[in-house]
Amino acid sequence: MSGPSTYEPKTGFTKWLDARLPIVRLGWDSFVDFPTPRNLNYWYTFGGILSVCLVIQIITGIVLAMHYVPHIDHAFASVQRIDRDVNFGWLIRSIHAVGASMFFLAVYMHIFRGLYYGSYKAPRELLWILGVVIYLLMMAAAFLGYVLPWGQMSYWGAMVITNLLGAFPIIGGPITEWLWGGFSVGNATLNRFFSLHYLIPFLIAGVVALHIWALHVPGNNNPTGIEVKSNRDTLPFHPYYTSKDGFAIALFMVIFAFFVFYWPDALGHSDNFIPADPLVTPALIVPEWYLLPFYAILRAVPDKLGGVLLMFGSIGILFVLPWLDTSKVRSMRYRPLARWFFGFFVIACLGLGWAGAELPDTLVPGLGALGVDFLLLGRVLTVYYFAYFLVILPLLGFVEKPSERPASIEASVLGGSSKSAPAAAPAE
Amino acid sequence: MRLIRTLFIAAAGALAAVGFASAAGEYRKPEPFTFSFDGPFGTFDRGAMQRGFYVYQQICAACHSLEHLAIRHLGQRGGPFHDPAYPNPNDNPVVRAIAAEYIVEDGPDEFGEMFERPGRPSDRFPSPYANEQQGRAANNGAYPPDLSIITRARHYGAPYLRSLMLGYGEEAPDYIDLRPGLYYNPYFPGGLIAMPPQFEDGLLEYADGTEATAEQMAYDLTVFLHWASDPHMEQRKQLGLMVMLYLLILCGLLYATYRQIWRKVEH
Repeated sequence: MSGPSTYEPKTGFTKWLDARLPIVRLGWDSFVDFPTPRNLNYWYTFGGILSVCLVIQIITGIVLAMHYVPHIDHAFASVQRIDRDVNFGWLIRSIHAVGASMFFLAVYMHIFRGLYYGSYKAPRELLWILGVVIYLLMMAAAFLGYVLPWGQMSYWGAMVITNLLGAFPIIGGPITEWLWGGFSVGNATLNRFFSLHYLIPFLIAGVVALHIWALHVPGNNNPTGIEVKSNRDTLPFHPYYTSKDGFAIALFMVIFAFFVFYWPDALGHSDNFIPADPLVTPALIVPEWYLLPFYAILRAVPDKLGGVLLMFGSIGILFVLPWLDTSKVRSMRYRPLARWFFGFFVIACLGLGWAGAELPDTLVPGLGALGVDFLLLGRVLTVYYFAYFLVILPLLGFVEKPSERPASIEASVLGGSSKSAPAAAPAE
Repeated sequence: MRLIRTLFIAAAGALAAVGFASAAGEYRKPEPFTFSFDGPFGTFDRGAMQRGFYVYQQICAACHSLEHLAIRHLGQRGGPFHDPAYPNPNDNPVVRAIAAEYIVEDGPDEFGEMFERPGRPSDRFPSPYANEQQGRAANNGAYPPDLSIITRARHYGAPYLRSLMLGYGEEAPDYIDLRPGLYYNPYFPGGLIAMPPQFEDGLLEYADGTEATAEQMAYDLTVFLHWASDPHMEQRKQLGLMVMLYLLILCGLLYATYRQIWRKVEH
């Protein structure tokens, strides 16, 4: 997609600069002139939204780090001081805490969009893999950050997650101790978690740069999944997609602000306002909502090591997804069977989240009469999660008869079939 | 496409419904109660906050600390004794008088000795115990929790606290083993609480003439402790209104811009 550059420096200074460091040219080619399929719908705005989320987290995080004290005796009180005494500290901390949830909300939309429109398929495998790397780093950053306030959930969450590594034979114990910096989660752990929590966002920013680079070589996928064939299929990124993304970002900010100002504790857990106490285990240790599906997968296996492997496997499998899906058709818009399985997959992910939030032996509301508890629900959905990638997508490519596809993006927009006109444009 | 849209709407709904898990352990949901601080425009009932602070001082402070609060917080914007005439709460005479009632340990002085002096607004509320062990020793092994963030640190928040304070007096069910020194309170997780019932009608006399029924004291205390847990709530909601209005107008303008730019493009 990166054709010849159309940038022409006009002033003396930009000519001078362009001959030495063509950074303005890079910006122009990437974010102004960049040819973008004309049929991108609102699901494609989450990339821009995610960039904004990352910037918000980094800026608020840097300010919070100025006031936070990474010591087990002072961390909890320092967070309270941020909430009470630091000028607008309550606002900054609320934005940072809610921001983590918003970041994940957006990334899940982004990932599901990629899954539905087949954005992981050739030639975008590396783009997809870099995305999964970002997602992994995000989970690490979120977990480390949740430990820092040193409340009950911080401490016990850190305890549960770090203990998982102890499940590995022989190396498990030494690795866990090395990670803790001692024989338990303690001050050394908190210090290194703080250090790493500060580091990871910059790693994310670096991989995001690679992600965008890898996007700008083959160019965007689009809802039809058909490659760009002529310049009639595309529009320059600016002003068309800057305006569309700008609107979507503002809309997203409304949801963001609603939580920050009116419901700041909704996405957290009340136990984290109790200072960490190694002697009192909370009745129910749960991760933040965005990690619950993986928690359910972990608990679905009776064996600890098996659970840990399956949990890591549930993300690891995403790395090989481009080679598991055998269908020649990218977009599920033209895959009548796959879209149903995808729908069930989304439901399975939500169900796993639900199962992760409840005690395993609690009966599922509505299914209790059948003796279905959350453990069983988690197990069934875990099987479906893996079957989707390992069985359904590989087989479907051979079994499924795709429906008729338009000849080009332009044809899909102009040519008769009104169904494929701006598909998901809920705001229109 | 319609299917997927429906799915995502369902997803959002499910997320909201699941939220986070309720803590385990048998306990009764708190009695529903509408506070003045509920809702997007909610504010604190100032009279209740002042009376609630009095309840805290007279009753709770004997066992419960308020360690994350300084006395000056009482006089800050949104606080129970805020007076616009004193933007610096350290100058507020009411707050100064409250502070002076406390005896605070300070030091070391130039001879290396610790000494006691009357409190100042900048002091933290003194803790009833020197350390947790002393607190446990004085209370049959149970440590009275700090109350600074109590409503945010409990599932169901303020209604829970109010119900808990009024929740004594019922006959314990058979399956609960009521050991000596414990009390039955159905709102407390597990049903057994080490704190004895605190409120009875007419236990205190309020300066403003309000009748100090148990119900009234529980309400006042809850309002005060909810303020203590979330002291910037009023400011947060006021700012939130401005931010929401700003963002909604911005959304409208950006949407108009988007439509204008795309008006001649088939997409």
